[in-house]
Amino acid sequence: MKSLRLYALAYLAFLYLPVLVLPVFSFNNSEFIAFPLSGFTIRWYQGLAADTAMQHALGNSLKVGFATALLSTMLGLAAARAVTRYRLKGAGAALGFISLPLFIPDIVLALSLMLLLGAGGLPLSLAAVVLGHLLICVPFALTVLIARFEGFDRNLEEASADLGEDPLMTFWRVTFPLMLPGIVASLLLTFITSFDEFLLAFFLSGTEATLPVYIWGQLRFPERLPMVLALGALILTASVALVILAEYVRNLGAQKTTVGA
Amino acid sequence: MSFLFIRGLSKSFGGPPVVDAVSLEVEHGEFFALLGPSGCGKTTLLRMIAGFETPDSGTIVMDGETMNQVPPHLRPTNMVFQSYAIFPHLNVFDNIAYGLRKLKLPKPALRTKIEAMLATVRLEGLESRTADQLSGGQRQRVALARALVREPKLLLLDEPLGALDKRLREAMQVELRAIQRKVGITFLLVTHDQEEALSLSDRVAVMGHGKILQVAPPRTLYERPNCREVADFIGEINFFHATVRQIADAGVAVNAGILGLLTLPRPNLADGIREGDHILLAIRPEHVGFADAGIAGEIGAATFLGERNHFQVQIAGRREPVAVSAAAAPAGQAVHLAFPPECLIGLPSE
Repeated sequence: MKSLRLYALAYLAFLYLPVLVLPVFSFNNSEFIAFPLSGFTIRWYQGLAADTAMQHALGNSLKVGFATALLSTMLGLAAARAVTRYRLKGAGAALGFISLPLFIPDIVLALSLMLLLGAGGLPLSLAAVVLGHLLICVPFALTVLIARFEGFDRNLEEASADLGEDPLMTFWRVTFPLMLPGIVASLLLTFITSFDEFLLAFFLSGTEATLPVYIWGQLRFPERLPMVLALGALILTASVALVILAEYVRNLGAQKTTVGA
Repeated sequence: MSFLFIRGLSKSFGGPPVVDAVSLEVEHGEFFALLGPSGCGKTTLLRMIAGFETPDSGTIVMDGETMNQVPPHLRPTNMVFQSYAIFPHLNVFDNIAYGLRKLKLPKPALRTKIEAMLATVRLEGLESRTADQLSGGQRQRVALARALVREPKLLLLDEPLGALDKRLREAMQVELRAIQRKVGITFLLVTHDQEEALSLSDRVAVMGHGKILQVAPPRTLYERPNCREVADFIGEINFFHATVRQIADAGVAVNAGILGLLTLPRPNLADGIREGDHILLAIRPEHVGFADAGIAGEIGAATFLGERNHFQVQIAGRREPVAVSAAAAPAGQAVHLAFPPECLIGLPSE
C-alpha cells in the first residue's frame, strides 16, 4: 500500500512539476533556467508584447485553429448525423476509414501530405496546414458528436417534422440546441488539437510558421528561452480556462437533456 | 370515400414483410384502434401514415389526397409518440406552441390559444415547467396538447398510455375519450392492450404478423371473432375441436367430440367454412354455465375476484381445464357444465 502511494505521488510530480516550472521561471529575473531563483520580473512578458514575429506566429496558429475547429466540427456533425440517424450500408467501414489517420504516425502523414500537395500544385501554406489538421481533427469531432447524437431520442426530430417543420428548421430548432454542448466540446477539442500540433505544421506551413513551429525555432537562442517560458505560461492559462469553460457548458447541457429519452 | 383510405400497403426492412398488404378504411371523426401483440407491424403502419417510413408498395389516401410522396411536415396528421418526445430544451408552453410558428399569431392570441389547450388537457399553471419537472401523466398530456393544438385532421397515438401505471392509465383512457368527443378529430390509436382498445374505440383492427385479421366494433370483435388469433387475443376463451356435418339456414350441425352433437345458429359460423371441415368451437368463460346435468367435470382451481369468479374445470377427454366465469360454483368439487349452442362460435382451425 505504502509503495503504491509513493508511486502515485511520484507520478503526479512527474506529470505536473514541469508544468509548474514554466510559470515560475517565466517570472524569474535571469536568463538561466536554474535554481536558486534570482528575483521577480515581468520583463519576459514585456518582451513578448514587443515580439512581432511571435505575435504573427500566434496569429497564424489562431487562424489555423479556428478554421480547423469550424470545418472539422461541421464535417463531423454531418457525418455523425448520417451514421446515427440513417440505416447506411458501409457506415462502419466509413467510420473506420475516417478514424484511420489517428493510427498513422504523424510523421508519415506529414511527409506524404507534403509530397502530395507539392505534386498537386498546392503551395505549402496555412491552408495546407488546415487540410492536414482536418485529417486528425475530424475523427475527434466525430467521436464527440456521435456520442451526443446517440444520447438523444430521435423521436424528437420526428416530432418536429410532425409539427410542421421542414428538415432545415428541425435542425435549427431541435437538433442544434440539443447538440450545442457536443458542438462546443468538439470545437474546443479540435481547436486545442490543431493549436499545439507541431509535425504537420512544421512540414506543411512553408514560410508561415505557426506558434509551435516558431517556439521550436526560438530554442536555438538560449537568451530567448525565458520568453518562450512566459509564452508557455500564457498558453497554459488559456488552455485551463478553456477546459473549465468546456466542462461548464457540458454540465449545463447534461442537466437539460437527460430527460430527452 | 372514407377519410383515411389505405390500399395494399406493404413494408419490409430487408427481411419478411413487417406490414403485409394492409388495406384499411377509417371514417371521419372515428376513434379507431390498431390492436396487436408487439412486433405485429402496427407501429410501422402508423409511422407510414405519419410519413416517417416509406411504403414499399400500396397507397395512403387522406381526405381524398394521396399521401405517399408527401413528407411528414406537410401531412395533415399529428402524432403522440410512445416516448412522448417532449422537447427537453423547451418548457411546456413552448412545447405546445412549437407547431404554431407558421401561423405567426400575435403574442396575446398565441397565449389565449395555448391556455385554452392547457385547460382542455388540464395542465393549467404548468406552462413554465420543463419536461423533467413533469410526471408521466403530465408529459403525456403535453404531448397530446402539442399535437391537438395544430388541429390535425388525424391524430395518431402510438401506445400513448403504455408508460403510465394502471390507475393513471384508466383515468387517462376516460379523459382521452372525452377529449376526442370534444374536439371531434379522427383518432388512430396503436396499442397492444386489448382492454384499452375495446374501451376507447369505435372500431378496432386486430393485427397479427403484418396483416389485418379483423376490423370490427369492440362488441362484435368480442362476440364474433373471425379466427383463432383474434379470439385468443381478445379476452379469454375456450376452444374445442369439432367437425361440420351440415350447414343449413336453420342451423349448423357439428360433431363436437366430447361436447356431443350440437346445432349452432347459422351466424355463429365464420365465413368460408364448408361441410366436412374441421373447425374450432370457441366459447367465452362467462358463457359456460354450471348446470344440474351436462358434461361432468371437477373444479381444479378457483380464483375469487368479487362479483364474478373464475374456475378451472377439468373434464374427461380434454387435457386443458375449461375456464368458467360465474358468480358461484355449486357445493362440492364434482360439477356439470352446460355449453349453450347459441354462445358457441365456429372458427376455421388455422
